[in-house]
Amino acid sequence: MNGAQLLLAAPEYWVLAMACVIMVVDLFLKEERRGIIHMLAMLTVVFAAIITLRHDYLVDGVLSMTAFEGSFIRDPMGDVLKVFSFVIMGLIFTYSKFYLRSFNMFRADFFTLSLFALLGVMLLISANSMLMIYLGLELISLSVYALVAFNPDSGRGTESAMKYFVLGSMASGMLLYGMSMIYGATGSLLLPEIAEAIRTQGADDILLIFGLVFVVVGIAFKFGAVPFHMWIPDVYEGAPPAVTLFISSVPKLAAFAMAYRFLSSGLGELQIHWQSMLAVLAVLSIILGNLAAIMQTNIKRMLAYSTISHMGFVFLGLLPGTAFGYGASMYYVIVYGIMSVASFGMIILLSARGVEAEHLDDFKGLNQRNPFYAAIMGLVMFSMAGVPPMVGFFAKLMVLKAVIDAGMMWLAITAVVFAVIGAFYYLRVIKYMYFDEPENETPIIAPVDFGAALALNGAMILGLGIFSSSLIAICMTSFGL
Amino acid sequence: MNGTMNGFLLSILIWLPILGAVAVTLAGNQRPAVAKGLALLISAATFLLGLPLFFSFDTSTAAMQFVEYRPWIETFNIHYKLGVDGFSAPLILLTMLFGVLVVIAGWRSIQKNVNQYMAAFLVMEGLMIGVFAALDALLFYVFFEAMLIPMFLVIGIWGGPRRVYATIKFFLYTFLGSVFMLIGLIYLYIQSGTWDILAWHELPLSFTAQKWLFIGFLAAFAVKVPMFPVHTWLPDAHVEAPTGGSVVLAAIMLKIGGYGFIRFSLPITPDASAALDWLVIGLSLIAVVYIGFVALAQQDMKKLIAYSSISHMGFVTLGLFIAFSIYRKTGGVAGAALGVEGAMMQMISHGFISGALFLTVGVLYDRVHSRMIKDYGGVANTMPWFAMFAVFFLMANSGLPGTSGFVGEFMVILAAFQANFWFAFLAALTLILGAAYSLWLAKRVIFGAVVNHEVKSLKDVNSREVLVLGILAFAILFFGLWPQPLVDMMHASVDNLLQHIVQSKVI
Repeated sequence: MNGAQLLLAAPEYWVLAMACVIMVVDLFLKEERRGIIHMLAMLTVVFAAIITLRHDYLVDGVLSMTAFEGSFIRDPMGDVLKVFSFVIMGLIFTYSKFYLRSFNMFRADFFTLSLFALLGVMLLISANSMLMIYLGLELISLSVYALVAFNPDSGRGTESAMKYFVLGSMASGMLLYGMSMIYGATGSLLLPEIAEAIRTQGADDILLIFGLVFVVVGIAFKFGAVPFHMWIPDVYEGAPPAVTLFISSVPKLAAFAMAYRFLSSGLGELQIHWQSMLAVLAVLSIILGNLAAIMQTNIKRMLAYSTISHMGFVFLGLLPGTAFGYGASMYYVIVYGIMSVASFGMIILLSARGVEAEHLDDFKGLNQRNPFYAAIMGLVMFSMAGVPPMVGFFAKLMVLKAVIDAGMMWLAITAVVFAVIGAFYYLRVIKYMYFDEPENETPIIAPVDFGAALALNGAMILGLGIFSSSLIAICMTSFGL
Repeated sequence: MNGTMNGFLLSILIWLPILGAVAVTLAGNQRPAVAKGLALLISAATFLLGLPLFFSFDTSTAAMQFVEYRPWIETFNIHYKLGVDGFSAPLILLTMLFGVLVVIAGWRSIQKNVNQYMAAFLVMEGLMIGVFAALDALLFYVFFEAMLIPMFLVIGIWGGPRRVYATIKFFLYTFLGSVFMLIGLIYLYIQSGTWDILAWHELPLSFTAQKWLFIGFLAAFAVKVPMFPVHTWLPDAHVEAPTGGSVVLAAIMLKIGGYGFIRFSLPITPDASAALDWLVIGLSLIAVVYIGFVALAQQDMKKLIAYSSISHMGFVTLGLFIAFSIYRKTGGVAGAALGVEGAMMQMISHGFISGALFLTVGVLYDRVHSRMIKDYGGVANTMPWFAMFAVFFLMANSGLPGTSGFVGEFMVILAAFQANFWFAFLAALTLILGAAYSLWLAKRVIFGAVVNHEVKSLKDVNSREVLVLGILAFAILFFGLWPQPLVDMMHASVDNLLQHIVQSKVI
């Protein structure tokens, strides 16, 4: 292994180093100068994005490069996902700073743990062997378990951390079990070698199929697809919104990468088997997610069920097994991440000193209180409902095109019908904001950087919709289209 | 100068109101006068800038004019393609006229969040012009759906007591209809590799595919028109919407359904349209007759006009879809052209008349705050000028010769005679029914003895209201007496459409 190969993981080294630096720097900081921590964290993601973009590793039309004996891969898809993870992470840090300050929880461990989770996301995105997949996954999970329980005074937080931990460990166990079967059937941990082995020895190996089932369960758990979704509403509700911001966005990008690498690069020969599994998961997620969201009065739970239905759409894009479908799915997951941080950013905004906003009622009359923030939330809700010209529409459009292309018309029709049913609960939020009178007249005050980040986030949702061309092109070229 | 200007004209008409709306919103909640003035300025400027659509329109060709073409989403072959022909140009002119009128109509009656109200209407105007001008199917869909957002907010924020129910019903009905169309559009893209609507007009399709596509389009446009039995959102939306919202809904948004049939269903799926024309004709006749009776039974003025709208829009769909039976019977397209032109005339005329009627109800509502017929009576005693306008519009609504309401209905009924006597007979019932509910309404509200003391103290229309109602009365009279300019405008396009729909596209 030479130096050039080692450099492929430069962004990962940088994030790891900075996570450690922040941990140490915090020890020498006085309470009133804690703000530096936030700046360092922002610096980390900005530079990570620059390093990722600047590093020109592709020579002579090679589409990807591997390092660490082939278990780490650097390719355009991974880079795009990482850069968007950094962008979303920057928004998360800005939103959560405000939250942590107003709840007196501004401690460096939040940023350290988040950066470790981000490192896990990066490793998972670049994982090319089952070992690396597991490593990345556990790094995310363990950091997030701790983050969910970040508020030591919150019984609900501890409870949901526990729930998440138990269910998450079980899912990891299933994944590991499936990996061991696949390893047993093919004799390799590296995804390309697994694919090669399946090609030569044939796909109708019962051990392999069993392994696949467990792997799909693990993937579905990470996405939170029905019937492996139980943890999502509880964790979203119990975790501090600053952590929910993270859980609902960046790890989904990594989960997409994991699903793509595992299912397409590794087990592509078994597509006929996993296609039907994903179809069932997708349909169930879209149906249950949308129906259950209608019943919720707690906005965090509502958004949790909405996540479930959105992940169903991501699966819809994955299941045709075409390059266009993967591109559509990737586009969807990036777009979802952007929308999701905006929605939880709004929840943080409305959380006044020491009281968290979690009921839909908290949005009542927002337009009277502050039309600017109401308009941003309006954009987010219409985007999630899939109304053009917001970016959420284009994401749905791409996925539908991929599904119809594969001749699965019924899947497309089911998806759109439930998307319309789902539109109801997004409209209900708009109704609270615009049609109702405010119950709480306290003015909404947020720091300038918070407002600017939220404005930028809203502008992305509208701007990436109206000028959707470039992001779609980037996603499609990642898959050679 | 004209040449370069025409290359951007449609874009200007779409984006000037939308960007103007941003400026109006920024005027803030505290300065309603600034917001109103700015909105009036922008809508008037849009209208004046849009006049070349009428004066420089080449009536001799069916080809698209004022075309703009630039790439939008290259990987998906989606273009920003705009253009107008004899169908869309009159509808855009109508939209721009109402863009100005609703701003004036909302001048006094809106007190809450004036800047947002004005901005919503400007955005809506831009988007509706976009719907009529789009020649790329996805661009059309984007405008078509985006239009729901401002209307949803207008009904929900400034509407009546049951506004939340009405506006969510409105949104979900329309949304559900249009997603089926979206699937159809994606299918057509996969078949053809392009989103260009005009290219789809030439695209050969199997009969089964056409049938499903036709149903998809029907789901979207039947809700929009609205046709029986998916019309139930309309009375609710109309009753709860503020006056301006009702006006735009009745005058423009319903027309988008009819326009959709002309632009999509008929030319893209002609064989399925021919095979399933009985369905649309049947539903149209039910709308004309049954909904006409329903209108007769209403207690609420706005509801009555809403049902009358559904009934009148039945003529539009009838006029479009009898083309096939006329062609089968006569072998020529001359009779069919009469039906299609009648449908177009009916759309324009209904735009003026229904808009005017909702504005008249708005005038009364602003003063008495009731829409119930029983609360009025003898309004003519205290508001003679108003009574003159109201009676005139109601006469036009019942199809009095000399008003534009007569022209469209008459053309469609004449064409229907060539298709089938019973079609014409049932359609002609509207002349009786329409007169019955319109004139009975006039009798109960305008004439008779004054029973309500509030009516005694009513003030007659002010100059602002006279201006709005006067413009519409003039338009109704003008096109009633001399419809030729409109017919000339659409003639070439109608012929072109009929050439398309009589040719089988089945492979």
